[in-house]
Amino acid sequence: MLEINDLHAGIGDREILRGITLSVNAGEVHAVMGPNGSGKSTLAQVLAGNPSYQVTSGSISYNGQDLLELDPEVRAQSGIFLAFQYPVEIPGVSNAYFLRSAYNEIRKANGQEEVDPLEFLDLVEEKLKLVDMDQSMLSRSVNQGFSGGEKKRNEIFQMAVLSPRLAILDETDSGLDIDALRIVAGGVNKLRSPENATIVVTHYQRLLNYIVPDFVHVLANGRIVKSGGKELALELEEKGYDWLQPVAGAVA
Amino acid sequence: MSTRAPSSVDVYREDFERLRAGPAWLQNLRQQAFARFEVIGFPTTKNEDWHFTSVAPIAERSFVLASGVGSEAREGSDRRESSRRKADSVNAIGARAADVARFGFGEEGWHTMVFLNGVFSEDLSSWPDTAVPVGNLAHAIEAGNPTAEKYLGKIAGFDNHSFTALNTAFIADGAVIEIPTETVVEQPIHLIFISDGDGVSHPRNLIVAGRHSRATVIESYVSLRDGAYFTNAVTEIVVAEGAHLDHYKLQRESSSAFHVGTVQAREARDSQLHSFSFAVGGSLARTNVYTSLDGDAATCTLNGLYLTDGSQHIDNQTSIEHIAPNCPSHEIYKGVLDGRSHGVFNGKVYVHPEAQKTDGKQSNNNLLLSANARVDTKPQLEIFADDVKCTHGATVGRLDEVAMFYLNSRGIGPATARTLLTYAFAADVLATIELEPLRKALEKIVLVRFAGDASEQV
Repeated sequence: MLEINDLHAGIGDREILRGITLSVNAGEVHAVMGPNGSGKSTLAQVLAGNPSYQVTSGSISYNGQDLLELDPEVRAQSGIFLAFQYPVEIPGVSNAYFLRSAYNEIRKANGQEEVDPLEFLDLVEEKLKLVDMDQSMLSRSVNQGFSGGEKKRNEIFQMAVLSPRLAILDETDSGLDIDALRIVAGGVNKLRSPENATIVVTHYQRLLNYIVPDFVHVLANGRIVKSGGKELALELEEKGYDWLQPVAGAVA
Repeated sequence: MSTRAPSSVDVYREDFERLRAGPAWLQNLRQQAFARFEVIGFPTTKNEDWHFTSVAPIAERSFVLASGVGSEAREGSDRRESSRRKADSVNAIGARAADVARFGFGEEGWHTMVFLNGVFSEDLSSWPDTAVPVGNLAHAIEAGNPTAEKYLGKIAGFDNHSFTALNTAFIADGAVIEIPTETVVEQPIHLIFISDGDGVSHPRNLIVAGRHSRATVIESYVSLRDGAYFTNAVTEIVVAEGAHLDHYKLQRESSSAFHVGTVQAREARDSQLHSFSFAVGGSLARTNVYTSLDGDAATCTLNGLYLTDGSQHIDNQTSIEHIAPNCPSHEIYKGVLDGRSHGVFNGKVYVHPEAQKTDGKQSNNNLLLSANARVDTKPQLEIFADDVKCTHGATVGRLDEVAMFYLNSRGIGPATARTLLTYAFAADVLATIELEPLRKALEKIVLVRFAGDASEQV
């Protein structure tokens, strides 16, 4: 589904990703872990097409398409979803309007008919339950006045409604208490399927107790310095990231 | 001291001299005002209050009175006569009930007073509750209503205000609203000033909210067709002790029009004035909202939204005089500027020495949608008391790129995302409008302006 090959990217003159190579197949869950500043979030943003980041070399192929050629909205319409580490507040636009616009834009792009507000309400009802949110949130402005946990649940709710093929969760666990973490992880797990893939970007291992990954990759200094199965996450939890730094140095 | 072409003032003088005589106090007031106007002329950009707005396009044009009042020799007189014929279902300027319904947002329950080229039209006006104490100024003057004499020219001074002087010289018609003590007028009172796209009108309104009364007044300035006409309006407001007045001014003139309007209020102890100024029309428009907090614990909220596009120039000036202590004043003005348009905001807050415990908050936020749009913003805070809490701030920015990316990342393309974010910026201040049908109507106008469609709630 996703083939990242020797990807270099950064902001302005600052190179953050220094040669990422990663392959993700349908049905898989990949965890990308690493210390602060290792480039985890940059990888997530680049996959979603954030124009603030420049890709300097390398390639990303998504279902046979050159992903780097696609604008962010086209990526979303092709099934890519990024759950933001810091969801954006948009005062004056209701969640319902925002999400239905997104839903309909994606349907339109895929040659499907748009849904009207009532149909949409039916459709989102069960998705709200998935993240334990009340219907009243639909009429509130997007993320405005939401607690940290509510914002993260709203991201997973959006993901549930838009049902992406490739979901990228950027530090979705940061700032969540254990109950919120369970709700968020439960939502993600319900959406797992053999057709979809998930990339979980996280600093901590604890999220992976709930969302069990098939693969774990450790990022340091913009490179994947170690890959393994879910047991690698436990090893990181035990030893921290420090023991990997020399490896990073050696590769450099 | 003036950029006026002699001919334009000559035309005003001709019309002034033809004005129909009124009672002595009115004649006197008009004459003083016209004399003052002749002395000070139109303001130039050297005048601090007009620094960013040149009124040359108004000063250089010759506008004849749109009502034709007093100018029997001109062709306008026929129009006036027929517009006054009460049985006319279609008056001379061609305004129909359907137009009034459209300008009145289809709110049949509201008290609606319609003025055509500045002249009251009884046919097109309606009040569901006949007990509501509203009438037109021409009638009040004829009938010798003492309120008119008592207040006209007393709240809106003209010594340093050319346009107020000019309006005062031509006082003829407008609305007189007197809310008796402890009376609550449930339905809003909507004054609709409809132009036919030609000439000048000088609507003059007087609102006196009696002690502990409550009312909502809306003023709409609209046009049947586009034209380089000029509306020069003045509204004087008295908010008596404990009274609560919501005042909305909707400047929706046609795109070639000129509009200068002043809303000037005095507030007594414990009174509240909530003003909202919505300005989207005209090629050159200026709205002044001035209030004076004369009595202890009087409060005011002055909010506004201006949207400019093309080559429009829209200027908003506000002034809050904190005379008495313990008065809170809150002000939020927002502007969205596109094309080659120019917006101006100047908000003055004066805290007089006696006005201790003043709590003043003022902000002006502008969104520039094009590289050629421009805004000049000048918050002005002058404090002469020592125990006060006042803040003010102004911002000028472009659409938030992070928010744009957030929307894009959800499949929403740049054009739609831009519309949504622009709408949201404007709707934020509209949310302060308590009168729900009006808020919805304005949201719709804004949405149509940005998206060309307003099929549903955002």
